[in-house]
Amino acid sequence: MKTRALLVFIAPSVVMMLVFIALPLTTVFWQSFHVSQPVFETVRVENCTTSFLSQVCTTEEKTRPVLGPDGKMQMRSSFVGLSSYANVLEMGKAFAALADRNWRALMAINFWKALRFTLTFTFLTLPIVLLLGVTLALAVDSAARSLRGSIIFVSLLPFIITPVIGALSIKWLFIGDGILTSLLETWLQRDVAVFAQSWSIELIMMFYRVWHVAPFAFLIFYASLQTVNRDTLESAIIDGASRWERVRYVVLPHLAPVLVFVTLIHLMDSYRVFEEIVGFSSQAHVISLQWLTYDFLKPDDSGNRSISRASASAMLTMIGVVVLLAPLLRRTWADFRGSRP
Amino acid sequence: MSLPRVLRQPWPVRLAYAAFLTFWCVLAAFPILWITVMSVKEPVDAFAPNALDVITGPATRAAGRGISIPDLVLVAGLLAAGGALWKIRLRPVLFDSSRSLLGRLAIGAAAALATGALLAAAPAFSATVSPWFGALGKPLVGATLEHYEAVWIRNAFYRNFSNSMLVTGGVVLISLTCGTLAGYGLSRSGARIAFWVLIIALVFRALPHSVLVAGYLPWFINSADLLRPLLGDAAPTLYGKPWAVIAVLVAINQPFTIWLLRSFFQSIPTELDEAARVDGCSHFQAFRLVIMPVMWPGVLTAGLFSFLLGYNDYLVTSLLLDAQNQTMVPAITSYFNAETTMRDQVEAVAAAVSITAPLLLLILAFQRQIVSGLTAGAVKG
Repeated sequence: MKTRALLVFIAPSVVMMLVFIALPLTTVFWQSFHVSQPVFETVRVENCTTSFLSQVCTTEEKTRPVLGPDGKMQMRSSFVGLSSYANVLEMGKAFAALADRNWRALMAINFWKALRFTLTFTFLTLPIVLLLGVTLALAVDSAARSLRGSIIFVSLLPFIITPVIGALSIKWLFIGDGILTSLLETWLQRDVAVFAQSWSIELIMMFYRVWHVAPFAFLIFYASLQTVNRDTLESAIIDGASRWERVRYVVLPHLAPVLVFVTLIHLMDSYRVFEEIVGFSSQAHVISLQWLTYDFLKPDDSGNRSISRASASAMLTMIGVVVLLAPLLRRTWADFRGSRP
Repeated sequence: MSLPRVLRQPWPVRLAYAAFLTFWCVLAAFPILWITVMSVKEPVDAFAPNALDVITGPATRAAGRGISIPDLVLVAGLLAAGGALWKIRLRPVLFDSSRSLLGRLAIGAAAALATGALLAAAPAFSATVSPWFGALGKPLVGATLEHYEAVWIRNAFYRNFSNSMLVTGGVVLISLTCGTLAGYGLSRSGARIAFWVLIIALVFRALPHSVLVAGYLPWFINSADLLRPLLGDAAPTLYGKPWAVIAVLVAINQPFTIWLLRSFFQSIPTELDEAARVDGCSHFQAFRLVIMPVMWPGVLTAGLFSFLLGYNDYLVTSLLLDAQNQTMVPAITSYFNAETTMRDQVEAVAAAVSITAPLLLLILAFQRQIVSGLTAGAVKG
């Protein structure tokens, strides 16, 4: 296909991505260095009260927002350099905490707390999801053909469920004296309050995430297993390979590209962990990077959104995801370049 | 199919696999089944610490709501009648490709409506019939639809439902239209620009959605002022408008869609459209006449993923839509505020089940296509 024809075909898609992804990115970049505030003016106001014999007049200086011709407050954005970033990062406090080796103080700063959770969450769930996905795929592949359809149907349930709803449905099992909490209590012979401390919430969040995404990994692996070369498997058997050796030397190498694909998708998705925070309403204990930006964007009690801070935290989140994915992206890039006709 | 003996697994391995799969299936289905059970119980039963109490629902039964033996007989009768009707009259008609699509759709819709009406009338009917049987008519298992009634009728959840459908439908339609064209173009080109579009799309796929929303919000809120010079007084405020959210979600979804569809189109032999080109078709005619008839399995898979993205989204819709255009998922969080009662909680459970039901229908209908579409497409990506 000629480049011209290609451009016509990809135009709608590329325009959508330019307008709604690339453009907002540049806006975010700009906003993170600027603060938009109402313009204030200082005016002298003379207040006179009528009283007997003489008027009492006081003059005072008042600051008030300048109203534009349309009666709205005039806004002016000014360049503030890195101060929004400084507000988000709170480096002064962070360095003091580091100097004191005071982990607790560092974790009192929202950004570092969110970063810590996001990274732990991402890297602890990844191996479990991969392992569970491969095991499920191998198990279903060796199950009776008549059962496979139903197993896949049931497995798809956690995957398609709305993330917030999925998190809620697990929360309801544990909330208060929910059935699983009371089960734990009879088993451990002590009072259990799952949503009262952060480690148990984090554990449940990770459990939820594995439950939610393992089916996707499983489906991809299962689909890939269908294309394993039967001849290679049979020659491995003739060569006397044991069951484990066949998995290790034939099946897993066949799955390798798909493993990279699933890892890439999982890193992307779990780095933006957010719905769990909403579903388990854990913001008092555990927050994630994406939730931090979301919280800045939400109007506060007086209806203001701290756009500049949100942009700074968004930029930092983005830098994080680029660093996290750089090795995998490079690999994909190289593979892709090599395979190009 | 019988495998050769060497490939067959020894029984300990098979037993371990069977145990593992059983455990997984229970784990996968349990939370969803359980909230369905909870949603038809009085609050005291729904959050009872004893699992048996949640299932049988003593408090709900005491309130005189539940399923009794006559109800069971009735349900069994209806199911048998419905099954027979489906087998004899409906299935042959619905899957008869010689009839017109519109007529089949109409019959399908009528059947679905009739089923819905029957389901809606069932509780009232059972309430009038049960007393006739005396002690036999007492409910065996507590069940009540009052929470669904509260959610859908009193709290006007149907409005959120139609908003959700609007947003999701728009996302699926537009993202597939743009995505198929782009996916096809990219699969048939080795140009440098195709390569860069795909790599940049991959980077865009990684962006957290809150980053993008931080970019939209100021524009969307002030769009009426910004667009006035261009559009005059017709300039809209994009904030709160469903179609603005549709555009945003389509853009967020484009990277995944074009990657998926590109790998799918690569599995369609190039000889097909080259032959059409030789016969004098333009690129677009080749696409329309030769590729379109064979592309539906891949498009369906991509469509399902778009549907899930639009339907399940919380972050974008909760930030960019105002209260009256709110979709279902953000609406459910309004049940959780300072003065949440037990009853509100159970209503939230009922709302959660209502949100999940359409997704269940979706995979019931399209499960095979999801698996085969992934086999053909994403795997190579």
